[in-house]
Amino acid sequence: MMPFSRAIARLGAITQGSIIGLGAFIRLLGTLLARSGIVFRRPGLVSQQVHFLGNHSLLIIAVSGLFVGFVLGLQGYYTLSRYGSEQALGLLVALSLTRELGPVVTALLFAGRAGTSLTAEIGLMRAGEQIAAMEVMAVDPLRRVLVPRFWGGVIAMPVLAAVFSMVGIIGGWIVGVLMIGVDPGIFWAQMQDGVDVIDDVANGVIKSVVFGITVTLIALYAGWTAKPTPEGVSRATTRTVVLGSLAVLGLDFILTALMFGN
Amino acid sequence: MDHRQSRTPASQRAPARRMTHHHPTDHPDAVLTFDDVVLGYGDFTVLTDVNARINPGQVVALMGGSGSGKTTLLRAATGQIRARQGSVRVFGSDIAGLDEAGLRAVRQRMGVLFQQGALFTDLNVFENVAFPLREHTQVSESQITERVLDKLDAVGLRTAAHLSVAEISGGMARRVALARAIVLEPELVLYDEPFAGLDPISLGITARLIRDLTTRLRCAAVLITHDVQESFAIADHVYMVGQGRMIADGTPEALMASDDAFVRQFLRGEPDGPIAFHYPDSPAFREWLDRHRQAP
Amino acid sequence: MSREKMDFRVGLFVLLGIVALVFLALRAGNLSSFSLAPTYQVKAYFDNMGGLKLRAPVKSSGVVVGRVSAIRFDNQRYQAMAILDIERAYVFPDDTSASILTSGLLGDQYIGLTPGGDDKMLADGAEITYTQSAVVLEELISKFLYSSASQSGPSSSPQP
Repeated sequence: MMPFSRAIARLGAITQGSIIGLGAFIRLLGTLLARSGIVFRRPGLVSQQVHFLGNHSLLIIAVSGLFVGFVLGLQGYYTLSRYGSEQALGLLVALSLTRELGPVVTALLFAGRAGTSLTAEIGLMRAGEQIAAMEVMAVDPLRRVLVPRFWGGVIAMPVLAAVFSMVGIIGGWIVGVLMIGVDPGIFWAQMQDGVDVIDDVANGVIKSVVFGITVTLIALYAGWTAKPTPEGVSRATTRTVVLGSLAVLGLDFILTALMFGN
Repeated sequence: MDHRQSRTPASQRAPARRMTHHHPTDHPDAVLTFDDVVLGYGDFTVLTDVNARINPGQVVALMGGSGSGKTTLLRAATGQIRARQGSVRVFGSDIAGLDEAGLRAVRQRMGVLFQQGALFTDLNVFENVAFPLREHTQVSESQITERVLDKLDAVGLRTAAHLSVAEISGGMARRVALARAIVLEPELVLYDEPFAGLDPISLGITARLIRDLTTRLRCAAVLITHDVQESFAIADHVYMVGQGRMIADGTPEALMASDDAFVRQFLRGEPDGPIAFHYPDSPAFREWLDRHRQAP
Repeated sequence: MSREKMDFRVGLFVLLGIVALVFLALRAGNLSSFSLAPTYQVKAYFDNMGGLKLRAPVKSSGVVVGRVSAIRFDNQRYQAMAILDIERAYVFPDDTSASILTSGLLGDQYIGLTPGGDDKMLADGAEITYTQSAVVLEELISKFLYSSASQSGPSSSPQP
């Protein structure tokens, strides 16, 4: 009896704690948006973060995109050839990437690479009293540290997702046309015929912007609320990856239903 | 090196007084005052009965053992925590009554030197010292360069301006942090454990810097420390906290001559006294010991 | 890193993103088939729209001559109405017929225009009189069943 009621109490506490955490999370978003004036006053700070979050992730995104494109080309060909529809390979590769894999896989990789470095950086700044030093210097750390990183992430994500999709399509072309021998004309023609700029490409961009906001905010929140100890920071980075990935996948479902359902 | 020569002469120093009801000599524009302040976190009270007054141009030492609440005092002075009772006044205004803008204005007039320096690791030495200038003033780049190099020169690190934070030693980092704390020429500088963990040469340098800067910039310096030798050499006035309250206040000489048991134990570094050597026994310990002995 | 070098790299990064987007839009998507040519509008009424979507192509002889710009239900005539944007370069006779066709067996639906022989041409805002609705699979099947039932005569199994 005892352990059971204790489990219920714990469940209640966890639920309550999660809801409080969600509230604090939304409040952080509001605060960051309200203090975003600094983006116009000191754009160099944002540009620095775009470099740190975007340029530094370019390699892993491009290589991953290439390999995903390879696999799509290969698997797609095997599956389509069963139904005699190999001609639709270009269409398959492009739709999979622009609608889903581009935004989602990029977001997952972003959470792992850029998200964790954001969390760790902020957590360690707190541990080294850099945040406190800023506060007593009458500099608002939210404005000076978090806001530029937020916008850096929001800008970098759609760019990375677009690059991922582009490289992936090229990868699919390499496997499909160059290696397997699908007719290149039909490869591109079917693709162009079936991929709609607004329905597919633009929706993919919208998704990547939403994911960018979500993942970056989760990373910043985890770092900001981390305990300033080594294990506190380590736990926070884990939280960034886990929560960020789950949020991306969950939002993807909702967005897909909204966008691609009839 | 004798630091005593630059301190306020004996005729102007207030006589030593035992600490219960402290009515300080009136200096109208005190920089920082604590009036019957009680400080704590949540339900836990750290310090009661805190009364102190720091005047412009003074070097004041706030002393106490580890965990005695010195850092709490620092946080109360900067407004990072609010006093539970009593009032903390900075530059004449009660901190508790200040809004965000007021707090910001007050904080720009004070500098804080953190124990580990708290330099921004993503900036180099020059940019660290330039940080307050960039954030709070609109001065031109050339002006910034001049002022920053000047302050770095004051701490002896002018030619280290190009180095990254990772490339400098701990002692140097603290000096850079000091340069950063004074770059806006504040009227009050708070030093959190400035002497902790320094080698003898760095100790001497730091003590001299604190004294010189205070005189040169006409600012007040508050040293939160437990280092008796160095701080007594440069301080005009000493406050001592322990056992949850303010225990003594007076000039260094007055404290050295005090017969309070705690003060004597602290100043002489005696292992046992009012601060017991042995950690007090508790039921929790007895329970643990029993369980530990029973386990195979 | 100096400010300039960093700004340059960030600029390159964003440029790369724009290039990727343009690539996706043009090479992968159908933006290149977006023509900015001036168009004129004609209306066509159908009994059943089937699966016709907005921006579906309007083709004649297999070549895209325009796009479906709106699909509405006419509450007066109780029919579906489609507005077609046809490029001004292509004029069609007044008795042109419009049918809803499917590309391939299971593909997307589009509108096919078969020109008539009239001397008068369709003007902006005109209505296409001859239309053929989309083929609905269920109706086709029930028609097939009905016709096969009537062929086998009254000796077929009794109705439930």
